[in-house]
Amino acid sequence: MGVQMTTTPASKTPAANRAPSGARLADRGFRWLCLAGALVVGVLLLLVIWQLLRGARLSMDRFGWGFFIGKTWDPVSEEFGALPFIFGTVVSSIVALLIAVPLSVGTAIYLTDLAPPRLRQPLSSLIEMLAAVPSVVWGLWGFFILVPILRATLYPVLQKCLGFLPFFQGPIYGIGLLTAGIILAIMILPIVTSISREVLRSVPNLQREAAYALGATRWEVTRIAVLSYARRGLFGAAALGLGRALGETMAVMMVIGNTPYIGLSLFHPASTLASGVANEFTEATGDLQLSALFELGLVLLGVTILVNILAQVMVRAFTTAETRRVA
Amino acid sequence: MKMTINKIARLTVCATLLLAACSQQSPVVSTAQAQLLINGAGSSFDNPAFMLWKEAYSKTDPNVQINYQSVGSGAGIKQLVSRTVNFGASDAPMTDEAMKNAPGKILHIPVVAGAVAITYNLPGSPALKFDDATLSGVYLGQITKWNDPKIAALNPGANLPDTSIIVVHRSDGSGTTFIFSDYLSSVSHDWASKVGKNVSVNWPAGVGGKGNEGVAGQVKQLPGAIGYVELAYAKQNKLPVAELKNAAGKFVAPSPESVSKAMATATIPDDFRFSMVNAPGDESYPIAGASWVLLYQKQGDAKKGKTLVAFLKWCVSEGQKMSPQLDYAPLPDSVQQRELKLLDTVTY
Amino acid sequence: MTVSSKNHAYRKFKSLAMNVVCIACALLVILPLALILFYLIQKGASSLNWAFFTGLPKSAGSTGGGMGNAIVGTLELLLLASIIGVPVGVLGGVYLAEYGGERLNGWIRFWADVLNGVPSIVWGMVAWALIVVPMAAPFRGTIKSVNAAESSITVQSSAGDTQDFTVDSKTRLKFKGATQLSSLPVGADVVVWFERKGDGSTVTDSVSETGLWNLFTAKIIKLHNAFSGFSALAGGLALGFIMIPLVLRTTEEVLVLVPRSYREAALALGLAQWKTIVRIVLPTALRGIITGVLLAMGRVAGETAPLLFTAFGNSNWNHHLSEPIAALPLQIFSYAIAPYDDWNRQAWAGALVLVALTFLLSAGVRFFSRGRFQKNT
Repeated sequence: MGVQMTTTPASKTPAANRAPSGARLADRGFRWLCLAGALVVGVLLLLVIWQLLRGARLSMDRFGWGFFIGKTWDPVSEEFGALPFIFGTVVSSIVALLIAVPLSVGTAIYLTDLAPPRLRQPLSSLIEMLAAVPSVVWGLWGFFILVPILRATLYPVLQKCLGFLPFFQGPIYGIGLLTAGIILAIMILPIVTSISREVLRSVPNLQREAAYALGATRWEVTRIAVLSYARRGLFGAAALGLGRALGETMAVMMVIGNTPYIGLSLFHPASTLASGVANEFTEATGDLQLSALFELGLVLLGVTILVNILAQVMVRAFTTAETRRVA
Repeated sequence: MKMTINKIARLTVCATLLLAACSQQSPVVSTAQAQLLINGAGSSFDNPAFMLWKEAYSKTDPNVQINYQSVGSGAGIKQLVSRTVNFGASDAPMTDEAMKNAPGKILHIPVVAGAVAITYNLPGSPALKFDDATLSGVYLGQITKWNDPKIAALNPGANLPDTSIIVVHRSDGSGTTFIFSDYLSSVSHDWASKVGKNVSVNWPAGVGGKGNEGVAGQVKQLPGAIGYVELAYAKQNKLPVAELKNAAGKFVAPSPESVSKAMATATIPDDFRFSMVNAPGDESYPIAGASWVLLYQKQGDAKKGKTLVAFLKWCVSEGQKMSPQLDYAPLPDSVQQRELKLLDTVTY
Repeated sequence: MTVSSKNHAYRKFKSLAMNVVCIACALLVILPLALILFYLIQKGASSLNWAFFTGLPKSAGSTGGGMGNAIVGTLELLLLASIIGVPVGVLGGVYLAEYGGERLNGWIRFWADVLNGVPSIVWGMVAWALIVVPMAAPFRGTIKSVNAAESSITVQSSAGDTQDFTVDSKTRLKFKGATQLSSLPVGADVVVWFERKGDGSTVTDSVSETGLWNLFTAKIIKLHNAFSGFSALAGGLALGFIMIPLVLRTTEEVLVLVPRSYREAALALGLAQWKTIVRIVLPTALRGIITGVLLAMGRVAGETAPLLFTAFGNSNWNHHLSEPIAALPLQIFSYAIAPYDDWNRQAWAGALVLVALTFLLSAGVRFFSRGRFQKNT
């Protein structure tokens, strides 16, 4: 990794070859400076966890584990439960994954195996530009453009055709869980696509060639030799997308309706952990409400960190295993 | 060579920034420095008033900049108590408990009196009438369709579609919510026991919008929506408002006059914390309320404190002349005098 | 046709069909980009005029006004965030690439990756708790009188104002040799830590001698409170926190790509290690580092959530780091959820400007990463 110095400026070298003491001091000083910079990340992580724990202390003492299954969020009676927010977060993220992962994997397949080579770079640049659009702009577009269109066209169709499923029953507001899921899907497409591409690219060509040699069609090669092989890596890509979707605040806040809700209708407005905190943070009436919001933030942080770690482990394990195998 | 240029560039940037930072702290007066910034936050109920007053007052005193963020009454109280703003604004008076826990004595200065209008989004924008039973029924989630017989009974001849009512309420801590839930609690036993009155309640139904602006925005965008907003928001956005049945049994539309009539019947104590929902009188609008500016009686920063008090004195006297154009009821003269006296008790 | 060739035809057809499906996927992924650019330009471009870029927001109901302060605010916040994020990130990246053992490096990389996944709203909460909330400042002065009957003392500060403090059983007395109220010497210098209640009463936490530690703490608190409240500093700090792990990782990645031979040649010529890094390695990797910085800036330029409780927004120009500041994403948000048509129109224009900014930064990344550091083929 880093440079391994054979002539370390310090005690190890014989007196005659020692660097002038001024430079030695500067070397030590610079090294400490860099170390300090690197340790800042550790300090920051501790800081984040500490501050959230500190803020959530009151709420944790009061509600204990019941906080996670509590369904009411009532500032009047000071009764706070996280379940509606957890529900909204989980459902909107699942919807986002269901929409985004097939699209992303399909696109990744296209970019790695099917597209003409000259098209690959421009296309992937375009997809990366999607990632450069800020969350609040998606929310703006979602609220003014997407919501009316969905309310007028797609949702009534869904209700008519699939209305026997409890997911598509209930009044259609336009804003709600499904809309939030769709916007989240759009936002995680770039990251899932690019990681899926990396994963598919690290599948050794030997696999593909072997399948071709056995007479498989292009799609069969992809399905048998590539996709099933890269399953774990693709799973990791999806998990990374999930991690991103969990923490999204602004776009969700503008299209989800901001009401604590637990139920089966995807058309219904709801609330997520992030949007709940954003809505009430600056004005929590009373210390307990503020503390409950901190606890929501803690839950969000915990879940996001876990998902991200899992995802990275999966992706990295897959891609490094493959590169090692090829070499 | 490249490295040297790089180094010089970096040093220059650092130097410029240091200079900039220092110059902002130095007593050397630039035109920018001569302006004093007063920060306020809170109710969106009186945001239209503050926006207008800001511009008008800066003509009277160009050295002052008022920065008011419409974040909801709950946030306003919170920010004031945390001392992160110079003044707060709230349509919900602080409770005794809250005042006890604050780090200093807080004064309530009413600056506007307005109506909480019920606005809706229906094709044709028909003029509708509501009473306490229908309104609480809608917000309790018991009345779910526009053509419900209870609504139709009050509005014969109105074209009520067979669509779901989308109830819109506040997602943030709101004084407007306080006034509205205060009214619903006083007219509906169901509401009082199930929900209660507060700046933030556990809504039985509906979607949330942030601020009066957010609620009006949602109502405007969602067909079939109904929401409660300060009158100015409905008027400025050409949204229809409903006539409500008041305590005397008469249907009254929200307006500065009907709010004034409601305020005339209220007894205003010395600390100015009062409620005027469901006021008696034939012409009183039932959901009316005042909005207060909250500030500490002991101002920490003398310069900012004096400027703030001067601004507030202007608001409760000169500023009241602009109230009608914003559809607020101007404060009666007697109340204005009492408030000026209270503002004189501020120490620095 | 034999069974096998019929099967073959079906398989070929299926392959072709899946090809089409994949192409459709790619198109569907690009579609939102096209849609959003289309609407941004259609709804926002017409509002971009000189007044928009230089004017201040006007009150609702009146047309005109602009987002000048928000645009400048975003740029100012980006600068602040970079000042905080870039040096720390670059130095940390240098440590990972040039110094550091395998184990420590592994941990630091892990922590940085974890930080990269922290939702931005959590950063806002942390920055709020750290900077925005003022810390309770103690009262410093000399004891003027001790009133045993009322269990209180009167302390006079150097400015002349006096304050009474109740000293009860809960108050900690950190005084040499004084264990109760009556033995507190009049005329002694003290620091009183207390909480004031709304009804004017105070709860005294402790009365202690003015030692170096107390003075130091009091000075720190004073400095903190000078900047507390919603401020540009708080917003810049929150964004800077987000930038640090990003810049650290990208810096490390590009520094590793600098060939070893460069370092070894410099060291062989007798150059000290720190000089090697600063004079040889960093300039070689400069392009890559700039790429990383632009990437991080592009990421934080569009962040709204952390600014909600730190920068707060300002309808005027910002004049001081400790004052609230407007920012494009915040302004777009407020205008978007409002009912006023004029504000909505401005929200679109602001969104167009913001997207242009992030695209510009993104293009900068692509520009600087051509050639040696290009990852995609």
